[in-house]
Amino acid sequence: MVEWILALLILLGAFFTLVGSIGLLKLPDFYMRLHGPTKASTLGVGAILIASALHFSRNAEGVSLHEILITLFLFITAPVSAHLMAKAAIHIKVKQVDRTRQPDSK
Amino acid sequence: MAVRRIFPHPLLSFVLWIIWLLLNNTMAMGHVVLGGLLAVIIPWTTSSFWPEKTVLKHPWLLIKYIFVVLYEIMVANIVVTKLILGRSSKLNPGFFHYELQLESPVGIGLLANTISLTPGTVSCDLSEDKRSLLIHSLHIDDVAAIKADIHRKFERPLKDIFVSC
Repeated sequence: MVEWILALLILLGAFFTLVGSIGLLKLPDFYMRLHGPTKASTLGVGAILIASALHFSRNAEGVSLHEILITLFLFITAPVSAHLMAKAAIHIKVKQVDRTRQPDSK
Repeated sequence: MAVRRIFPHPLLSFVLWIIWLLLNNTMAMGHVVLGGLLAVIIPWTTSSFWPEKTVLKHPWLLIKYIFVVLYEIMVANIVVTKLILGRSSKLNPGFFHYELQLESPVGIGLLANTISLTPGTVSCDLSEDKRSLLIHSLHIDDVAAIKADIHRKFERPLKDIFVSC
């Protein structure tokens, strides 16, 4: 029973990571491609880490909590790097898709 | 007052201690003590990076907020999966300014992080006066709706949690 849940979680994680990569490949401009990895690094990695925590808590002695740390570090670093890349891209005026909506001038 | 001098940032100390124990995956006495020492020393040496005191009014709200964010990430993931697998030419990407009501720097930081973590939106820039956040969205139907969503789901809870002093 638990094996089935583990398998399902891993497949789910793999699916979302794959979609993130597809997004990275096919979206037309830099800013849109930024959205791919944020997907992959949240639900994709999340599902795989939950599966890992479950598996090792069941098989090894004691509860395995390393996975929580991976999630924590990922959740701290991924948005910061995305923010910095976007900021840098705006600064050097990376090309945008023509139909990109511009911010209201303030 | 003495407690304040030993723990200039009690929350930071607590989190560091927990992380140390998690890193070692143990509750052995030696690590409990060593982690405790680090939890005192690291906030001391880095306290110049944290000039303002952040006051947590309701710690439980923060935990509730984390679960709300996890749920929203899941929902948004499914929405964005559809967007990515659909036709790229149908997407209307764009930038918009989000006017902040939060004032505490830690709160703004958390809000920007949350926005970037939630698939579909990435926070790109904070204006000089810390009054608005530039956000890029993968697909915009209605800017007002997205802003209202961010305000209702993320900013309002954060405003209740963080009080800047």
